[in-house]
Amino acid sequence: MAIEVRIPTILRSYTGGSKTVDGAGDSLGGLLSDLDGKYPGLRGRLVTEEGGLHRFVNVYVNDEDVRFLGSLEAKLSDGDTVTILPAVAGGAFGFAALAALAGR
Amino acid sequence: MARYENLLDAGGDTPLVGLPRLSPVVPAGAPPVRLWAKLEDRNPTGSVKDRAAMFMVRSAEAAGRLRPGATILEPTSGNTGISLAMVAKLRGYRLVCVMPENVSAERVQLLRMYGAEIIFSPAAGGSNQAVATAKQIAAEHPDWVMLFQYGNEANARAHYETTGPELLRDLPTVTHFVAGLGTTGTLMGTGRYLREKVENIDIIAAEPRYGELVYGLRNIDEGYVPELYDGSVLTRRFSVGTRDAVLRTRQLIEVEGLFVGFSTGAVLHAALAVAHEAAKAGRRADVAFLVADAGWKYLSTGAYGGTLAEAEEALEGQLWA
Repeated sequence: MAIEVRIPTILRSYTGGSKTVDGAGDSLGGLLSDLDGKYPGLRGRLVTEEGGLHRFVNVYVNDEDVRFLGSLEAKLSDGDTVTILPAVAGGAFGFAALAALAGR
Repeated sequence: MARYENLLDAGGDTPLVGLPRLSPVVPAGAPPVRLWAKLEDRNPTGSVKDRAAMFMVRSAEAAGRLRPGATILEPTSGNTGISLAMVAKLRGYRLVCVMPENVSAERVQLLRMYGAEIIFSPAAGGSNQAVATAKQIAAEHPDWVMLFQYGNEANARAHYETTGPELLRDLPTVTHFVAGLGTTGTLMGTGRYLREKVENIDIIAAEPRYGELVYGLRNIDEGYVPELYDGSVLTRRFSVGTRDAVLRTRQLIEVEGLFVGFSTGAVLHAALAVAHEAAKAGRRADVAFLVADAGWKYLSTGAYGGTLAEAEEALEGQLWA
């Protein structure tokens, strides 16, 4: 068994177009390092230079946001599903532009 | 007293309803685990957004930003626009909504009935075109007032001053509060209030997980987190897919007779998860969740009938929350 990782459209250039890939690791940080070995550059899109999760990336373990489970320290087990999504908080899609214009 | 001088005064103070048939069954003698629904569809225009709309308009009036006859410009995928349209009508303003093309037909019809004007932004194709549209609008109409629900503190304050206190008054034993995450105003305001008053309360976000089409970003840096969002107010956050949201929406009407929109289905999915965790662990729990609106505006999606797979397909590419 392995950990299934769902890749969003905008990051599939790193996975050769694959929607889901398998990885291994007992924490999210471990999993991302494992994936970076197979898909170079992927980790760099998700983790900042300071070592935290990118502000506009949300990662879920079995549908729960990892930021509330220890972020990169979040524990993983075989059979877990990890979902990576860009942050576009509910219905806010496309309105970032308007936010910028409002000067906020 | 259920008499009000006008429609605006009739907002808020919504019922909190127990859901005994959906609540987890616990062994005899074990602490009870109960689910409660706060029915925000009982607001004047039928959604929780009436609270934010009233607070944002009053706040802008108090600050002198809104003067009689002014035009309000608001990006909204539906409910906030409908609420603002009603408030604007009663307070004497004109409302222009900018919204994505892929919202349900009822919302567009309702907005027009309430007297709002609508400018559509492209549903897919990234935000480049939305930027262009927005820049054009702003350049042409520098006098229009944008209340901007995603960053307006009065949005969260509406819930800090009303939703939160109502919940605590009606359910002093509350252990969990669950709501949908959009502008984040509901969770930020209600969450802050409840965390100040109730030790160890769980504040749980249920976020809709849409199909690929909706995440039409070109790269990660085009993402967006509402300015109101403060992750430290939450204790957990769930992503709920379309299928689970539809399943729970149907379960709510089948089991408890409650007809809700799909965003509430997503919220119920998270609420049931934490309720069953508590039941399994033998912990007492009063899980209150927020019903943002009823299902009427989503009937045309076709997702209330047919198989789950058909419903999922019907909602593909739509903003259902």
